[in-house]
Amino acid sequence: MNSLIAQAEHRLLTPGGLATGDLDRVFAQLMGPSIDAADLYFQHSRSESWLLEEGIVKDGSHAIEQGVGVRAISGEKTGFAYSDEIVLPQLLDASKAARAIAQGGNGSGKPLAVHGAKALYPAIDPVDSLPNPEKIAVLREVDAYARARDPRVKQVIVSLNATLDTVLIAASDGTLAADVRPLVRLSVQVIAEHHGRREQGYAGGGGRYGYRELLENGRAMAFADEAVRQALVNLDAVDAPAGSMTVVLGPGWPGVLLHEAIGHGLEGDFNRKGSSAFAGRMGQRVAAPGVTVVDDGTLFGRRGSLSVDDEGTPTECTTLIEDGILKGYMQDKLNARLMGMAPTGNGRRESFAQLPMPRMTNTYMLAGQHDPQDIIRSVKKGLYAVNFGGGQVDITNGKFVFSASEAYLIEDGKITAPVKGATLVGSGPDVLTRVSMIGNDLALDEGIGVCGKDGQSVPVGVGQPTLRVESMTVGGTAS
Amino acid sequence: MSNVAISQDASRRELDRLAELAEDVIRRARAAGASQAEVSASIDTGLNVNVRLGEVETVEHTRDRGFGLTVYFGQRKGSASTADLHADSIQATLEQACAIARYTEEDPAAGLADPARMATQFPDLDLWHPWAIDTSDAILLGQQVEAAGRAHAGITNSEGASVQAGENLSVYANSHGFIGRERGTRHSLSLSLIAGEEASMQRDYWYDSVRSANDFISAQVLGDKAAERTLARVGARRLTTRQSPVLFAPETARGLIGHLLGAVSGGALYRRASFLVDHAGKQIMPGWLNIVERPHLLRGQGSGAFDAEGVASRDSVLVENGVLARYVLGSYSARKLGLESTGNAGGIHNLVVESGNADGGAADDFQGMLKRLGTGLLLTEVMGQGVNAITGDYSRGAAGFWVENGEIAYPVEEITIAANLRDMFTGIRAIGSDVDRRSHLLTGSILLDNMTIAGE
Repeated sequence: MNSLIAQAEHRLLTPGGLATGDLDRVFAQLMGPSIDAADLYFQHSRSESWLLEEGIVKDGSHAIEQGVGVRAISGEKTGFAYSDEIVLPQLLDASKAARAIAQGGNGSGKPLAVHGAKALYPAIDPVDSLPNPEKIAVLREVDAYARARDPRVKQVIVSLNATLDTVLIAASDGTLAADVRPLVRLSVQVIAEHHGRREQGYAGGGGRYGYRELLENGRAMAFADEAVRQALVNLDAVDAPAGSMTVVLGPGWPGVLLHEAIGHGLEGDFNRKGSSAFAGRMGQRVAAPGVTVVDDGTLFGRRGSLSVDDEGTPTECTTLIEDGILKGYMQDKLNARLMGMAPTGNGRRESFAQLPMPRMTNTYMLAGQHDPQDIIRSVKKGLYAVNFGGGQVDITNGKFVFSASEAYLIEDGKITAPVKGATLVGSGPDVLTRVSMIGNDLALDEGIGVCGKDGQSVPVGVGQPTLRVESMTVGGTAS
Repeated sequence: MSNVAISQDASRRELDRLAELAEDVIRRARAAGASQAEVSASIDTGLNVNVRLGEVETVEHTRDRGFGLTVYFGQRKGSASTADLHADSIQATLEQACAIARYTEEDPAAGLADPARMATQFPDLDLWHPWAIDTSDAILLGQQVEAAGRAHAGITNSEGASVQAGENLSVYANSHGFIGRERGTRHSLSLSLIAGEEASMQRDYWYDSVRSANDFISAQVLGDKAAERTLARVGARRLTTRQSPVLFAPETARGLIGHLLGAVSGGALYRRASFLVDHAGKQIMPGWLNIVERPHLLRGQGSGAFDAEGVASRDSVLVENGVLARYVLGSYSARKLGLESTGNAGGIHNLVVESGNADGGAADDFQGMLKRLGTGLLLTEVMGQGVNAITGDYSRGAAGFWVENGEIAYPVEEITIAANLRDMFTGIRAIGSDVDRRSHLLTGSILLDNMTIAGE
């Protein structure tokens, strides 16, 4: 951990002639009798992306962003300012602006002490983890492979992305933490055309490691296979049914259901403010017996994982629902303090220029007992949805939607015709009470999730086993 | 007045500095062997204040800088960006862009836009109205907005009011010698309220977005509107699955126009990833319907004299008598399609959807549109992605009101609406005069003849 601090200090503070020792002066400016807490979030972010389309590596880009966010909190009030220059005068200016939220004399925080946490990913720069010619070669191979799969494949778009975030967090509660966070992703989009009809398929994945780990075990070609397969399936899709019916959700990425239906509603800020449909429901039944849902930021190398969150709190595996009973919220420091609870390592922010708030990491449901085949066989008439675009929730009335991109009819216990993408809607506090069978095939997604809240995007993961849900509304057009 | 004048001068000086930086980097890129280069640089500053339950919740001071460079070595392209405008970071960015261009491949369509199309006229579009509001006045205004909303009986909680003041300075320059400077301000007020208790809670909001703070609706009107919208949702029920006409309220109607734009934009067309591929010159909407791009509207949300490549913007019809008159193209997609740029690199400017209906009579206001709907769904909110641009298949979560004989009967939620965009566009029966001015997509409410509603 100390080497992480040294690495972050070198990247973030040294260029501006600063050291962690100088931060006491900043806290002296920032703190006062009316200020309950303050923190500094230094960030350097380096990213690249490469794009192949129409068989040509057309675009490449590289971006660097850095800066420091300064926050001062007094009761429920937060003052915030940031600077994209990490030098002492700018830090002091930002501190003055942030602390204007409350009046008072000078005080100071606790002395900074290094907070250790288990590293969940290597402190490497993924941008440099593969020579550029090899990145180009990967894009070309995936393209050629996908096109060779089927003559109906007309368009292939492949992209490679890598980001390295280096952060240093210092807080008035004495927290001094650093993290070096690699993140890579490969995406494959395919458009297939047959008899004038066009459909698309998409697959991708990644996590917190270098390009070589991303490309191990033929994973890139597996994404290409999957994207081609989806596009071809959709070429045969018929209109989706409309109305209320039994829905079987496949394992893995369909866990976006959990993210929307219950995840957001269990974020601490909405519950402190009483604006969530789950507010005040702790200890109550919100899901069928057997349903256990966790938010786990501690999984090695996962896209949604963090060794420490953006407030320097080590991440945890937080049980949200245990055997159907609501057990816990996801908290950042501010909301935990105001609710008299402990932070859970869910304080996240998109960048130094934005305020942290409670956010999910990897949210998934634990496996049950049922063979997935038995679950499908149990349904007389319904929908089997295995892939989704994304979702959205209104946390106050609990209504959520998520959009299937690959789904099939189930007729007499058998998977039959593929149907066109359709939106599924439901009510968060209600939908998990209708889970009647839980598969034994828990899977996490491949590492493609992006969650948006209040205009801030952060990488997340989801997962679940195959689930049978009684009665969800399917938004198709066929009667 | 003196404050405004100082701010004007300071912003001009900052723009000049950005322009000098852009020109210098373009010169250096050319010296490094790039045959063409272009730079976008910007500075955004702002104040955001949130007030909740009468108390200030957050005060944020924002200042974001951005610098992006694209170089072309023949037909190979490389891009890099930085938020740090210091000389060494800019130099590193230049080197990165050039390094990337060594690995990208020849793309026959790559390059800057045609030099003959660069804007030469830079009319004052009245976009620069700095709002000299200090933090305490912003808090006070937020408190007034929220108090106006919370005064309504039945409002039980608040997600807070926000007051935002923002200034944007940006420069686009390229190696044709083009330099475009733009200054714009954008300010907003919003309020989100909650009505009802526990399982029957409903939330809704209202906002205003303007170029000049003088154009805001009053705190009282905004608070009232947010409260009325929130209260109207209480007691929402589901609908049974059915076919029905749907009236898209103005704030949802512009999403529909957004889907049209997505389908006729160059990127989707050259990839053949649009259900409107090869539809230029074809009937896609009813014969009475016209949509016109007007980039030079004074104080317009999307106004600008040039596009993201420096190409001069001009008034231009998009849909004429229901026929798709053109696509929405930048120079890259135009070359891919064998067409000319339409001055839409970076997107559309202001788009005016002209109100009207098949009768040819005067356009209806919102009440008139409700009467025209008769019995059906008034759509005030859509949720989720659910739109397939390649096939036009549309299926989204929805909330709104069931309307009977032109009168709102009750609120509805947890339903979906579905159809194909192709049929939705040809099935437009009327466009209201109740235009929502808060967006660059200027449309009134839109009445569609039929969609599938899925519910219980």
